[in-house]
Amino acid sequence: MKKLTLLTGLIAGVAMLFSQAGIAASCGEITIGSAISLTGKYATNGVHAQKGYEYAISKIAENGGVKVGGKCYNFKVIYYDDESKGDRGATLAERLISQDNVQYMLGPYSSGMTKAIAPVTEKYKIPMVEAEGASRSLFNKGYKYIFAVLSTSEQYLASAVTLAAEKAEENGKPASSVKVAIAVENDPFSLDIRAGVSEDAARLGMKVIIDEKLPRDLSDMSAILTKVKLLKPDLLIISGHSKGAVTAVRQIGEKNIKVPMIAITHCESADVVGKFGATANDILCSTQWSETLSYEDPLFGTAAEYETGFKSAYPEYKSKKVPYQTAQATAAVYVFKDAFERANSLDKEKVRDALSATDMKTFYGDIRFSAAGNNVAKPMVLRQIQDGKFNVVAPSAFASHKLNWPRQ
Amino acid sequence: MDIILGNIDLLFEFPIVNLKIILDGVMIGALFVLVAYGLALVWGVMNVKNLAQGDLVISGGYVSWWLVQQGFPALLGVPVAFIVMWGIGWVAYKLVISRVIERDLFTSLLATFGLAIMMAQILNLLFGSDTQSVDLGYDTLYFADGLIDVPIAKLIGVLMAAVLATGVIIFMKISRMGQAIRATAQDARAARVMGIDTEKVYAFTFSLNSGICGAAGAIIVMVWLIQPFYGIAYAIRAFVIVTAAGLGNLPGVIAAGLGIGALEQYGSHIFGIGYQQAIAVLLLLIVLIIRLIQQRRNRQVLK
Repeated sequence: MKKLTLLTGLIAGVAMLFSQAGIAASCGEITIGSAISLTGKYATNGVHAQKGYEYAISKIAENGGVKVGGKCYNFKVIYYDDESKGDRGATLAERLISQDNVQYMLGPYSSGMTKAIAPVTEKYKIPMVEAEGASRSLFNKGYKYIFAVLSTSEQYLASAVTLAAEKAEENGKPASSVKVAIAVENDPFSLDIRAGVSEDAARLGMKVIIDEKLPRDLSDMSAILTKVKLLKPDLLIISGHSKGAVTAVRQIGEKNIKVPMIAITHCESADVVGKFGATANDILCSTQWSETLSYEDPLFGTAAEYETGFKSAYPEYKSKKVPYQTAQATAAVYVFKDAFERANSLDKEKVRDALSATDMKTFYGDIRFSAAGNNVAKPMVLRQIQDGKFNVVAPSAFASHKLNWPRQ
Repeated sequence: MDIILGNIDLLFEFPIVNLKIILDGVMIGALFVLVAYGLALVWGVMNVKNLAQGDLVISGGYVSWWLVQQGFPALLGVPVAFIVMWGIGWVAYKLVISRVIERDLFTSLLATFGLAIMMAQILNLLFGSDTQSVDLGYDTLYFADGLIDVPIAKLIGVLMAAVLATGVIIFMKISRMGQAIRATAQDARAARVMGIDTEKVYAFTFSLNSGICGAAGAIIVMVWLIQPFYGIAYAIRAFVIVTAAGLGNLPGVIAAGLGIGALEQYGSHIFGIGYQQAIAVLLLLIVLIIRLIQQRRNRQVLK
């Protein structure tokens, strides 16, 4: 008899526990998988991206979650660390899909890693929204399940070529008189940048006088900069992720390199202003996004509001810029939310179709996918570091400041 | 091919560039010498091929970088990194290295490789994966129309490396511990018979190596940059230098270190910077082949 009361008590207790849990978490869960670089050479930006994902998820949860079929859901992401290695990324994607039964994926960091994972998600027909793989080689393979919120990478620094041509013409010289020096890392992303720059340079009849590939473990580029001193190019293009930016700015200062226009990538994530101060002045930085742009959406507010919101959620970013890698990661999650709601279903095929029909305005810019899956609605922006501030100088439609030229 | 020829032409068109390349190379080489010397010490005394050498360097860099973040002057980082890394080296010795000294080659390689991975990940967890660098804010000296540039920070770094190296050499020559280390390197069993506490010598040697690496890392963070996963670049070069110079051949280590620095710079000038590390590895290959030919009559059993 005593046993029975105990049992009833236990059942009652468990039942109560369940009902309470039911009240507390009235929203269901949508599980998304992501293999992302938390260690290894891409870890800096991998972590930036992860925080972007997490911020979006908490913001969506605060604002009532994702509404599908009259029910509300919250996103939950299973992260695995791909160690910045492509083969590891592909293995982890397999594991997420076949063992963790993930039905949707968020992208990894870098084009190389995305390229490694895309064949897997494609094989299992798993829709993947990615925010950090900009290589155009991702979008000429006929993939149907990959959607990228960012501009493709050959556009990153191509606008610097146009800008250099404009400046040459203003000074009474033909555009073809501009001499270009290119130093990019030997990875898919940076090689696309090189392709974009060389194409534009060739179209304008410019001469490429230095064309070098940076090694993976770069910490010294004096050999290139010596050549720059000797050959005096008018435009210097450098792309090698964060370490490329740090090495370049440090040694450009030390070696007192006087090139009228220097354009690099990853200025923000490498925090070149915080590290080198005035040395970084007048360097052009390409960016997918800037908090001064006039983009806006109902969830995150304006680009500027996104930045303040993110900084209060992650105080370690207080003293620096929120990198665009973070903003676009947030945008990727937002695109998923929008697609789920329009599909009004958790079926992955329906979600895929909704994704491909995406047409939204966000704090990160307009998002509309081509048939190949890249975002064709948002332009790249070029900012110049002026007195330690990042000011938009190109394209002219978004320019808030005048370009300082030539660089001193 | 045209580009390579053009690069060689530049060397003749502006002869002063040769001097600049050698100077750049020697300044980098000086740091390689420090790291390689520590490796030669550990290798020679305890026959441990320390693959974690580069990670000891990077850890030293982070010690110095952290100090600067706390508001201490950057130059203080070098002695502090030496001391802190000495301690870390001692702990690593007691935990890992002491267990693999008497074992075969592969055990020590595996153990130190494991140590290297551990250290890189711990640094990554502690400090994040950002590339870090300390700007001393010193000026740069220019010569020959600004073609030759010698940042004062680099000069200080090289000087500190020279002071440290000299200090270690004198210590090895005259102090009792230095003598004990050399005796152990020559014949550990005989040293034990003569009453030298080889266990203590081993612990001291590894800690000393770790301290040297730490100081080198502290200099590197002032002059170049560090990242938790950059250790391997320094480990590879240290191995190349020690293999080329041989153990216990200090002038050889210095010459090889400075030489590799300069050759890498030449290589990256002529073939492009992407081949910088390939040149270090190519040199290793050449050195090994030459050694093999030299020693073809001098066969030994593996210990």
